[in-house]
Amino acid sequence: MSSHQDSAIRQAGPSLYLKSFLGLFARDLSVLRREIIPFLLRVGMQPLLFLFVFTFILPRMGSGNPMATGGTDFGTVILPGLMAVAIMFSGIAAVALPLSSEFGITREIDDRVMCPLPLWAVALEKVCFSAMQSIVAALLVIPMAYFIPAHPVKADWHLWPLLALVLVLSSLLAGSLGLVIGSKVNSRHIGLVFSIIVVPITFLGCVYYPWAMLDKIRWLQIAVLFNPIVYMSEGLRAAVTPGIPHMPWWAILVALVFFTAALGRLGLRGFLNRVVS
Amino acid sequence: MFPLIVEIQSLTKVYESKNRVVALDGIDLELKQGEIFGLLGPNGAGKTTTISIATTRSLPTAGTVHIAGIDVVKHPAQARRHIGVVPQFNTLDRSLTVYENIYFHCLYFGFSPAQAKARTLALLEQFLLIERKTANVNQLSGGLAQRVQIARAIAHRPTVLFLDEPSAGLDPQSRMAMWKAVEGLRKEGITVLLTTHYMEEADQLSDRVAIIDHGRVLALGSPEKLKTTFGAHTVFDLKLKTHDDLEAVVETLNAREDVASAESTPEGLRVIAASSEGLLPEIVQMATRFGIRDLQIAEPSLETVFIELTGRDLRE
Repeated sequence: MSSHQDSAIRQAGPSLYLKSFLGLFARDLSVLRREIIPFLLRVGMQPLLFLFVFTFILPRMGSGNPMATGGTDFGTVILPGLMAVAIMFSGIAAVALPLSSEFGITREIDDRVMCPLPLWAVALEKVCFSAMQSIVAALLVIPMAYFIPAHPVKADWHLWPLLALVLVLSSLLAGSLGLVIGSKVNSRHIGLVFSIIVVPITFLGCVYYPWAMLDKIRWLQIAVLFNPIVYMSEGLRAAVTPGIPHMPWWAILVALVFFTAALGRLGLRGFLNRVVS
Repeated sequence: MFPLIVEIQSLTKVYESKNRVVALDGIDLELKQGEIFGLLGPNGAGKTTTISIATTRSLPTAGTVHIAGIDVVKHPAQARRHIGVVPQFNTLDRSLTVYENIYFHCLYFGFSPAQAKARTLALLEQFLLIERKTANVNQLSGGLAQRVQIARAIAHRPTVLFLDEPSAGLDPQSRMAMWKAVEGLRKEGITVLLTTHYMEEADQLSDRVAIIDHGRVLALGSPEKLKTTFGAHTVFDLKLKTHDDLEAVVETLNAREDVASAESTPEGLRVIAASSEGLLPEIVQMATRFGIRDLQIAEPSLETVFIELTGRDLRE
């Protein structure tokens, strides 16, 4: 390599930052490509089984079955919810799990935090890459929801700009939450975090029912407003199944932006604390 | 070019916790273009802390570090362009192969894919790693992993390479190979700062050495200069069964002209002398009645310099 090229490589400023950022992204893509099958199984299995059991098996058991409670439209109700869960799990699996092990004994993260990029941008790359995976995971739920349920799902794709906006914001939110968990939680306790944080916020995230229908249990309806998953589910509901009751879209967008900013800030602080002593 | 590649001024690091620890107590160091500089000291002397701060991984309590003229605290991202690091432990990316570890490292530093590929292949060739190109880094021996780490660290052509305890955990053969690799870097004009608690390593590799202990620089200079300045002395370390009346022996020895100093230690006796000629049989004779359990003789080396400066062994 000539010294001329060398000095070109040493150029400072935004163009090097961008190249460095893309280099990190390329590294993550290359790792993901090698593990594409495990990735698809990880993100696809849960919605697949959920749809199969609740929208295919149970409705076929007939009206005498006390468990066939979802009604014929249950598939329509839970399509946005399952997309939200897919985003959530994918975000955590793509950021929190690798980070907690890379911060652990192996300190594998070292080479990436030593790249000529501000550290906040290294953390941002993690969140963006996870957001990409979350979007893929959410989109994978859609064909399943068309083919599996016994009764057809009534989705409406006219509001696609809102859908795109909610998908991106929700995915960044999930990645930010992953950053918080990955940088604050010891790798030995990461399994516990799934049980005590991820599972509860998912179950209480208005995934399986619209938020409006919680009005019979007023205290819960207010309590879940602190749960960011609620706004993912409701946002996707507003975009994909607008016929089902949902929060106003502007309130959803404000909440999604708020939670993404708050968790992103917290996660970044945790990340910096782990990297710089 | 900057005449001073690394400039460390009054560097201080204090860990405020239940037990206040002063890891660095005002370190001053200057590294010139192209030199191999050794930071020699026992574990806990502050070597790794110095490297952590210089490589932007830790913030100083006071003092400054400039790398190629850039303040590492104020402009860490810019400073990192000039820094290559080989940490104490294997931090290779376990999700990638040997080739990919270097290739992606090049991309992180702004190389185009074609440049990164060419640079990676050249480095694999240079470090005799070409056959391991597609190996999983988990399967590498300690010596091989160390070589990949060095190749990766210099891939972006840093101005200065930091090697933290490069031979820790290596077998003697791998250590020799690593030394050779570091010697090879000299030809490329890379400035190297290495930390070690092996005096042979500092002696063999370094143009200049700083001996540090308790976060302070005790002495600085070329290995030869240190050995002559601080007395090219031989150190006799005796472990004795009893210590009664040892003071008399210490006095007798101290009175001799060829003995620089003699003192009792918790385990026995330490004699520092200009040479071992003629002295050894007499020391043994005098010490016999105390019951000699062990006798160690250290010929003039950085180790004896360290002992003279601190009164302690490097490994203590």
